[in-house]
Parts: sequence; C-alpha cells; structure tokens
Amino acid sequence: MSIDHTYHLVICGSVVPDPLQSLEPVVTQGKPGLKNELMLPMVLDPFVNHSLNEAAKLREATKDTQVHLVAVGPKAKLQQLMMVLAQKTAFNLVAVDAPAGGFIDSHTVAAALAEAIKAIPGLDLQKTLVFGGWSSASRASGTTLQLVGEKLGITEQFFGVDRLTPAADGGFTVLERVEAGQHLETQVAGAPAVIGWATGELPELPNNPKIGMMNMAKIMPAIGKAKAVDLASAGFSVVDTALPAEKRQTRVVKDMPAAAVAAEIKEWIASGKAG
Amino acid sequence: MESILVIIDAEEDKPLSGQALETLGAAAALSAIVKKEISVGLVGSGDLSKVATALAGAAAKAFTFSDAALKDPGYARDAFAAAKLVKASGAAWVLAPASSRWSRALPGAAERCGGKVDTHITSFEEKGGKAAAGRWYYRQRIFGKILREQGPWFMTIETGSFPKAAVGVGAAPAVTPVAEALPASRSKVLGLRSLSGGKQTIKPDAELLLVAGAGWTKTQKDGVKHAKEAEGLILAFLEKYGASLGSSKAATDLAAEGGEALTFMTQLHQVGQTGASPRHAKGLATCCFGEEPHVVGWRFINERRAIDLNANCGWAQGKADVLYVADVFEVFKELAK
Ligand SMILES: Cc1cc2nc3c(=O)[nH]c(=O)nc-3n(C[C@H](O)[C@H](O)[C@H](O)COP(=O)(O)OP(=O)(O)OC[C@H]3O[C@@H](n4cnc5c(N)ncnc54)[C@H](O)[C@@H]3O)c2cc1C
Repeated sequence: MSIDHTYHLVICGSVVPDPLQSLEPVVTQGKPGLKNELMLPMVLDPFVNHSLNEAAKLREATKDTQVHLVAVGPKAKLQQLMMVLAQKTAFNLVAVDAPAGGFIDSHTVAAALAEAIKAIPGLDLQKTLVFGGWSSASRASGTTLQLVGEKLGITEQFFGVDRLTPAADGGFTVLERVEAGQHLETQVAGAPAVIGWATGELPELPNNPKIGMMNMAKIMPAIGKAKAVDLASAGFSVVDTALPAEKRQTRVVKDMPAAAVAAEIKEWIASGKAG
Repeated sequence: MESILVIIDAEEDKPLSGQALETLGAAAALSAIVKKEISVGLVGSGDLSKVATALAGAAAKAFTFSDAALKDPGYARDAFAAAKLVKASGAAWVLAPASSRWSRALPGAAERCGGKVDTHITSFEEKGGKAAAGRWYYRQRIFGKILREQGPWFMTIETGSFPKAAVGVGAAPAVTPVAEALPASRSKVLGLRSLSGGKQTIKPDAELLLVAGAGWTKTQKDGVKHAKEAEGLILAFLEKYGASLGSSKAATDLAAEGGEALTFMTQLHQVGQTGASPRHAKGLATCCFGEEPHVVGWRFINERRAIDLNANCGWAQGKADVLYVADVFEVFKELAK
C-alpha cells in the first residue's frame, strides 16, 4: 500500500542499560546513579526500538516521509549505539550530549528534546508525528512524550500504541492499550500528534550494511555537533535508592507424583480465600 | 487554599472503581503528612454531583467537569478537563489513579498548570517535614523516593499500594461544577477492540496469575510437540480457577511468529522487562525458566510457585516460594479433575 501523503517523523529515544545486566544503585557526589554506569552495556530503549520499526514501515507506506531520531544521552554511548542502529533504517540523527538514566527528571529531558526538535531544519510541526516509547526501561514514568508534545503545542496524543493505520488523506487510526488486554481505537484527522509506542506488531528490522554506510556519513558529524545540556532540575531529587531486600527461601519439590503436586497446588489456590 | 485534589473519572449512576478509592486512600496518607484538606475532581459524563455526594467522608469539596464527550478516554479532552479542575481547586498536590486513562492525560494536565509530574507512586512518607513519594525505577529493580519543592505536584497512584478510603460516612462534599466547553477535537473514539480474538484471558482483578512459558509448546519427552493439548489444559485451568493469563516473552514471540504455539497469546500477556508487571495475590509459573528479564515483572505478585522440569531453573534461585520439579502436562491433567 502506498499513500500520497508526507509526514515528518520525529522519534525521541535514548539508551538504557542492557536488560540482562544486574543493576545496583549508588550515590556519587550526592547524585543517585548506577554502579559502573558508564561501563554498563547500553541498548536502545526497547519501546523506542519498536517505534523505530514502525517509523520505517510508515515511511515506506507514504511519500517523501523523513525520519529524525532525537537522542538525549551521553555522546560516547550514543556513538556506540549508532553502530548497530544505523544499519536498521535511514534516519537523521539529532544528538544532545547529556546524561541518560532513571533518576533524571523527565521535565528537563522533555525541555531538551523539545528544543532539539524545534531546531530541526525544515521540520513542519503541522505535519509532524512525534514517536517514542510510551515508557522507558529506566525511569519508566511514561511522562516525557506528553511534556514534549505540550511544549510543541501538540495536543492529540496516544500512548501504549500497538497499531497505527494511515489513510489516504493523511488521517489515521490508532489502537492504544487499555485495561484487561483490550485496545481503544481512535480515529485522528492527521498530524500533528504524539504517538507513544508499546510493542507494535513488527519484527526486528534486519541489518542492512548499505543503509548503515549511508547513515553513518551523516551520523558521525551529528554526534560531533551534539550540544552539551545540563539536565539538573531545581528542587527535584531522588533519594534512598535501594535494591529490594526480598529473596525467597525456595522450597524445591522433587520426585512428588503429579497427583500430589496438583493436590498441593489446589490447596494453595484455595488458601486465604474469603468464604 | 492549598489542598490535595484527587482526579477520578466518573459516570452518573456508576460506582467508583477500586482504583479510585485507593487513590483517595493515598490522598489520606499524603494528607496525614502535609496536613492539607482533600478535594475530588470528577471528570466524566452525566450528573456528577451524585457521585460527589457518595464520597462523603473522603473529601471536603468536589469539583466536577461533565461532558458527554468525556464518557470515553482521550488525551486531549482529559488533559483539558483535569487542568481546569486543578485550576479551579487551587490544589498543590494532584493525585489520580495510574489507570491507562490518567497515565496518559495527567502529565499533560501538569504541564498546562505549570506543575511537575511523577507516576506509579506506591508510598508516601515524611522526610524532613515534607512528603516523599516512593516508586520503582528500572522496571521494578530499584526503589527510590522523590522529593519536589516545586508544585503543583501531580502524581499517579499505582494500584494495590494504598488501602481503599472509606466513603459514605459524614458530610457530603460541597460541589462546584466547572462549566467550560471542551476544545474542538481532531480525534474521535471508535470503541474497544480485542486483538486476541474475543476470549478474555487477562483479568486484572483475579486472585491468581497463571504464566505459561515457551516450554508448553516445546518437544516433550515422547519426542513430539503438544501445542493443541497445551492450549486445552491452560484454558481449562483458567476457567476452573478463575485465573488471569500471562506469558513469557518467548511464548509471546512464538505465537506472533505462527507455527507450533499457544495461539491465544498476545503481546499484552507478556510479563517482564518489556511486558507488564501485573498485581495478583498469587502467581503460578509453568514451563517458564524464570530468567531475570521475565521475573522483574513479578515484583507485585506476593506468593509465587512454579512448575518446571529443570531443578536449576531461575525460580529455584530464591525467585519462587515453591518450585515443583515436575512435568506440567501431568500436573495440569490432575488439576483439571
Ligand atoms: C531486552 C530483553 C527484554 C526481555 N524482556 C522480557 C520480558 O518482558 N518478559 C520475558 O518473559 N522475557 C523477556 N526477555 C527474555 C528472557 O530473557 C527469556 O529469554 C524468556 O523469558 C524465556 O522464556 P521462557 O522461560 O518461556 O522460555 P525458555 O527459556 O525456553 O524456558 C522454557 C522452560 O520450559 C520448561 N519445560 C519444558 N517442557 C516442560 C514440561 N513438560 N513441564 C515443565 N516444564 C517444562 C523448560 O525446563 C524451561 O525451563 C527479554 C530479553 C531481553 C534481551
């Protein structure tokens, strides 16, 4: 399907620690962070990754749609990330050099993102769809995109999105996750809008070295130009960061006949129930 | 006057959700620290003054924003209405349930009121005479407490974190309707959809969560796969024990790829790092190794048991209370009796 319509796609997203890493909170110079934070392997925030897949699909389905990735994160980590990401799909990178982490206020991150978006040459906000993950794997607050949208004057916003279906006139429908495994379907007249993606429906984009080479020629200068921004937030602090103490004493039951296991489980399910 | 405003979606003649009452409970906990009065802000359709009256004892004042277009959730309309209620009430703290509706719209309302927002709050405590709000970071791996000096401070309250407020005793709150027209909208709600083909297997209110992992559709000891039988056993279990269904990422991915898989699994079932962190009193993991990216989604499951063939799986490492090293097919046939 091809649609004769152009969107300006802006993806907001940055790095998070690889989910397979163990994390330990530390306080350095009065600020909360993670032990060996700069040494931890980082990946693109998983829900942002989904939004990148969806952006690539939407670009293919439409005409002249361009994709901009706006990333606020430590320059060195962004550079490492780009080695992988550049091979996925064509995009322009706008990098902002700043810390990335769960204990940073989403208000300052949103302000940095909004400033960077406004400065993208040729971007028409009236045609813009701001993409991103509906919540990060670090702060997991699900607030940054709303704040970015409001700062850009975009009031149509959708979160936990698993599907966006464009129509010929530039309008589209979205499916947002709601309670009890259901989705809410909404029809939108068109851009501008903010779309916070959940998992979406697309497989991981394959690596394409040709796109990688093309991208990297633009990405390296973009990283070189990355402006350093201070994300400190007045009057905001996260304190007493700690790992949960909980570790269970697991009772491992072996060689019990299936009927006896089932009887124990039935008893457990029934226990503590009212009536 | 500075107060605590609790924003709730409401409909005439409909009882408030448990989540709404818990948020009022959270307001009571916050009020005990900051010593301020509690008001409610009702957003919805129909005559909301009746709903306000039913909140006697839990709030001193009520502000209502009623419009037929607010029956369904929608960011633009909800953020607008919530911001108007906050301005009318002059609140310094604004709480709302961490439901899909308010998780979306409350941050927008905060920005419109020049406020600050934090989400998924699970506790309040006093720190140096101020209220600190507790929440999880890094997908339930690290706990921390937030202090903010600038307000109004908007927060969504995580379910299952605070006791429900008692309502219907004492004086009814004084009701102030906020009469404003909603702005012209560029979006229209079409309705609810179910991508899993109709069968409702996710039940947030269930006492028990059953997690089905990828092992259910792997080659079994007789050398073949038994996906159809697995589906039958799982659905029978859900029915018989009123359980909600969750899955591991591996099981969800298999379903998305087609082939030998549990066909009713969707991404919404996935529990863990990139999935949900559901809240249930009990959880039973089956055919799921219990790797860390999966188990972080179990933070809010109190009692945990697992069935797996592998005595050295993740659940054995202090992640479950009991691990049954057993063949799930045999156990589930017994459980179906
Ligand atoms: C970035 C990232 C994010 C991730 N996010 C998530 C997430 O959100 N959620 C998640 O679940 N995973 C997540 N993972 C994946 C996770 O690391 C595991 O790969 C996944 O949880 C494995 O699923 P599983 O345990 O069902 O499958 P497997 O590891 O294949 O385990 C199957 C189990 O079934 C058992 N089994 C087989 N037959 C039987 C039988 N007859 N009776 C009893 N037991 C049997 C086996 O012993 C085995 O333990 C993530 C990984 C990464 C890298």
